[in-house]
Amino acid sequence: MPGVVYFDPYGEEHRIDADEGQSVMETAVANGVPGIVGQCGGSLACASCHVYVHDEWLARTGEVSEMEDDMLDGAMAERRPQSRLSCQIRMSDDLDGLTVEVAPEQL
Amino acid sequence: MSAILVVGASHAGIHAAASLREGGYAGSITVVGAEDHLPYHRPPLSKDYLLGVTERDGFALRPEAFYASREIELRRGVRVEKVDATSGTATTDTGDTLAFDRLVLATGARVRRLDVPGGGLDDVVHMRDLDDADRLKALLPGVRRAVVVGGGFIGLESAAVLARNGVTVTVVEAGDRLLGRAVSPELSAWSADLHRHHGVEVRTGCAVSALEGETTVRQAVLTDGGRLDTDLVVVGIGVEPRLELADQLGLAVDGGIIVDAQARTSAAGIVAAGDATVQPHPLGDGTMVRLESVQNATDQAAAAAWSLLGKAPRTQPVVPWFWSDQYDAKLQMAGAPSSHDRAVLRGSPADGSFTHLLYRRGVLVGAESVNAPADFVAVRRALATGASPDPDRVSDTSVKLKTLL
Repeated sequence: MPGVVYFDPYGEEHRIDADEGQSVMETAVANGVPGIVGQCGGSLACASCHVYVHDEWLARTGEVSEMEDDMLDGAMAERRPQSRLSCQIRMSDDLDGLTVEVAPEQL
Repeated sequence: MSAILVVGASHAGIHAAASLREGGYAGSITVVGAEDHLPYHRPPLSKDYLLGVTERDGFALRPEAFYASREIELRRGVRVEKVDATSGTATTDTGDTLAFDRLVLATGARVRRLDVPGGGLDDVVHMRDLDDADRLKALLPGVRRAVVVGGGFIGLESAAVLARNGVTVTVVEAGDRLLGRAVSPELSAWSADLHRHHGVEVRTGCAVSALEGETTVRQAVLTDGGRLDTDLVVVGIGVEPRLELADQLGLAVDGGIIVDAQARTSAAGIVAAGDATVQPHPLGDGTMVRLESVQNATDQAAAAAWSLLGKAPRTQPVVPWFWSDQYDAKLQMAGAPSSHDRAVLRGSPADGSFTHLLYRRGVLVGAESVNAPADFVAVRRALATGASPDPDRVSDTSVKLKTLL
């Protein structure tokens, strides 16, 4: 099972084993990581699962779609080059160890 | 040891329990829910679940292991029948007594029944819970014609799924337009066209006066004298908040449990969240509203948990919003749409992607979007931060909305 490391808005670290194919948002909600809400259930409708991907992982998390890109522009917390909506990142063994910081505010 | 009892195990109740742990509460948490199922996301019931796109295990609010890992005792298939704040005890329909020193009421709402002769016939489905969706799903293969009573979101989402399954559908709405409580007349008209385009007959200003059949419904009798042959009736005519426990507790109630912006009821140590509550509109002038949405349930639940723990309220503004999926259209509504005096169109209704930005006295108060989530997010952010893009410039789609904020 690929692992994800989350740093929540309080600075706490959460190391979690994800199921292959589960999104980074779903993994966070399933394990109660603070700060990731995922109100729309992952249907790319709400921008409440904003994370900053650590640089060394950024390339491996894949392309940002135009829709996600536009939605990140509207996210509540500052948009950075590392910004992603975590519902759009699917876990795989290739991402074992993925490290993300949860954005301090969610829309 | 401190004990918090959460009554209700849907979006609000479960998010309240999770938020209590997130807030550092270490005492006991018991969540009581009347349904047997692992608590689940409600929106897919009349959308992807009914359509067969999402499977049953695909939309649990949290996996079963979550509750144990957070030491949240989840009691499923149990109903709280009596509650007494003085003694701090609640009694369930299974005869158990639960002790608490603080209480979260997330009792939700029950579906409004179609109260006409024949309303109790077989194959009349009132849509609210997973069991209702399962009943409807099981009936679908044998259905050729259906009558949907109620042109609100539940009715229209159900109609869309039925139509996609090749069913001949008639939507009967008593009001003069679809979605009358929730969207602008322009979006009502667009929605009616959308459904007609998919072969659905839309009849507004008309209600069902009786249902007929021997054991199974066969005909719907309309108030305009018309009769519709049918194999199935789906009812989506709204919900009524569950207030029995609030009444027992002597809480202030007015069409819902009255709460403030921090989800506090009129009694100390008792908070309430979700469909059962009325609150001052988060963006309004103090007008009390009952909001039925996932967003409200979760935001209010988090506020409720924070109040019980004595934490300072979150400063982040709350913007009410909700969504609906019908065919390939994603409708999203935000803010206080009913209070607007001007709607500015951005995008193209003919192409199926547009937003109405809603203004009151020149200030942005809300929006409704169809297949325009990026614009919608920009508007939500504007509403949250108090920004108001110039209404005379927002219709130019060559300029990104965010640049006008």
